[in-house]
Amino acid sequence: MDDLASLVQIKGLRDGLLVSLSDAPWEDQHAALLSQIDEKQSFFQGARLALDVGTQILKVNEMVELRDHLSERNVSLWAVISESPTTERTAQLLGLATRISKPRPEEARHFEVQDLGEGTALFLNKTIRSGARIEFPGHVVVLGDVNPGAEIVAEGNVIIWGRLRGAVHAGSKGNEAAVVCALDFAPIRLQVGTDAMITSNKKESGKPEMAFIRDERVVIEPWQPGQ
Amino acid sequence: MTAQVFTISSGKGGVGKTTTVANIAVALASDGAKVVCIDGDIGLRNLDVVMGLENRIVYDIVDVIEGRCKLRQAMIRDKHLSELYLIPAAQTRDKNSVSPSDMTRLCNELRPDFDFVLIDSPAGIERGFRNAIAAADRVLVVTNPEVSAVRDADRVVGILEAEEKRSTALIINRLNPILVKQHDMLSAEDVLDLLGIQLIGIVPEDEGVIVSSNRGVPVAQDMKSSAGQAFRNIAKRMRGEEVAFMDLDKQSGLWDRIQKMAGRK
Repeated sequence: MDDLASLVQIKGLRDGLLVSLSDAPWEDQHAALLSQIDEKQSFFQGARLALDVGTQILKVNEMVELRDHLSERNVSLWAVISESPTTERTAQLLGLATRISKPRPEEARHFEVQDLGEGTALFLNKTIRSGARIEFPGHVVVLGDVNPGAEIVAEGNVIIWGRLRGAVHAGSKGNEAAVVCALDFAPIRLQVGTDAMITSNKKESGKPEMAFIRDERVVIEPWQPGQ
Repeated sequence: MTAQVFTISSGKGGVGKTTTVANIAVALASDGAKVVCIDGDIGLRNLDVVMGLENRIVYDIVDVIEGRCKLRQAMIRDKHLSELYLIPAAQTRDKNSVSPSDMTRLCNELRPDFDFVLIDSPAGIERGFRNAIAAADRVLVVTNPEVSAVRDADRVVGILEAEEKRSTALIINRLNPILVKQHDMLSAEDVLDLLGIQLIGIVPEDEGVIVSSNRGVPVAQDMKSSAGQAFRNIAKRMRGEEVAFMDLDKQSGLWDRIQKMAGRK
């Protein structure tokens, strides 16, 4: 039993419980966690659980299975914290949080624009649908549409090879040089940098356009090759 | 025989999920398929009412799951179609009485004896919805040609994609060709353009649907109803047949003729 218990660590947080996993195989840890919960049912009843999986890579079905098992035990999984971007993305797709507390303002300042290497982009080969929120500390490239009710927050640029009809925030940590491009441009809300924001009922024009900051305001201009 | 499990879902309430389940079930069973419907809306059951079987309920799905009765005892046979059954929801319990794995187990038990298992999902994207999609081989998303219904359908499709349930098809319910023509309603093309998933049926708006739902006789049994025809076509497509989509413009109803006489068209 000691053996099982040492696989998972459980800590109390301000707004729930934090479970940290070790490097042992996922099946063992999964079983260890569930057996701990079954043992101390009254303690876990109705708990909000955040899961720190460390460097483990979790697949969608593994995460779904765990969430279902937890919800059968009346425990809700609300966050998965991981060092692997793949796992983070999977968690985001399932609508789970990937950070357990907001960074303090001075920490937010710490990420400067120059930290943003050219290579750091998240590539999404699918349509981003209502209710999905993509947050990424770099550029975001979408091969597909961004539908109304979807939201993309990127510290860098946002490029959409498709129709933009949802909300986009580019340069979210204050990069005023960030741009948003889409093949068809009709966002519900658009923000670049920390201050400049527009909400619009703009109709789709059927032509590629690009949004950027000029004179502290967001402007949208037709995009032409060779500019 | 291995049944295919279809879940009918929508996100938004009131778009016609339950009516769709009842009608598709009747259409499939009239064609000779063995069909069982499961009402997944625990606490707010109404599939039994639409199918006209309310007064026959003795046991329900929670009784089966909690072992108070055998599966067969909770299955209510339809009044007219001998190969159509309903497993009703519990009215006095809530959605937490059932878990996704309970649903999977239940459907696996039904699979050998049926051609189709149809699950009526509750509105929303919470526990009841998760239960309803857990066992689904295919999910049919029902929407109306309204911005809010389409937005919720989009959310549901997104969740299904995240859960890697790839085989999703769309039913557009209550389309009014006259309003579409006047640009007062989203067209089927507008809806498809946004959702970008396979279309399996368009059901025209038809007063007969409400009347027959209240009587407990699904409109798919009415050979003259255009909505009934649309539901029968969806059933055929579910069985893998190629059926052309109806030309809704041609069906000029009474209202259309009145408008023509009044010179509005």
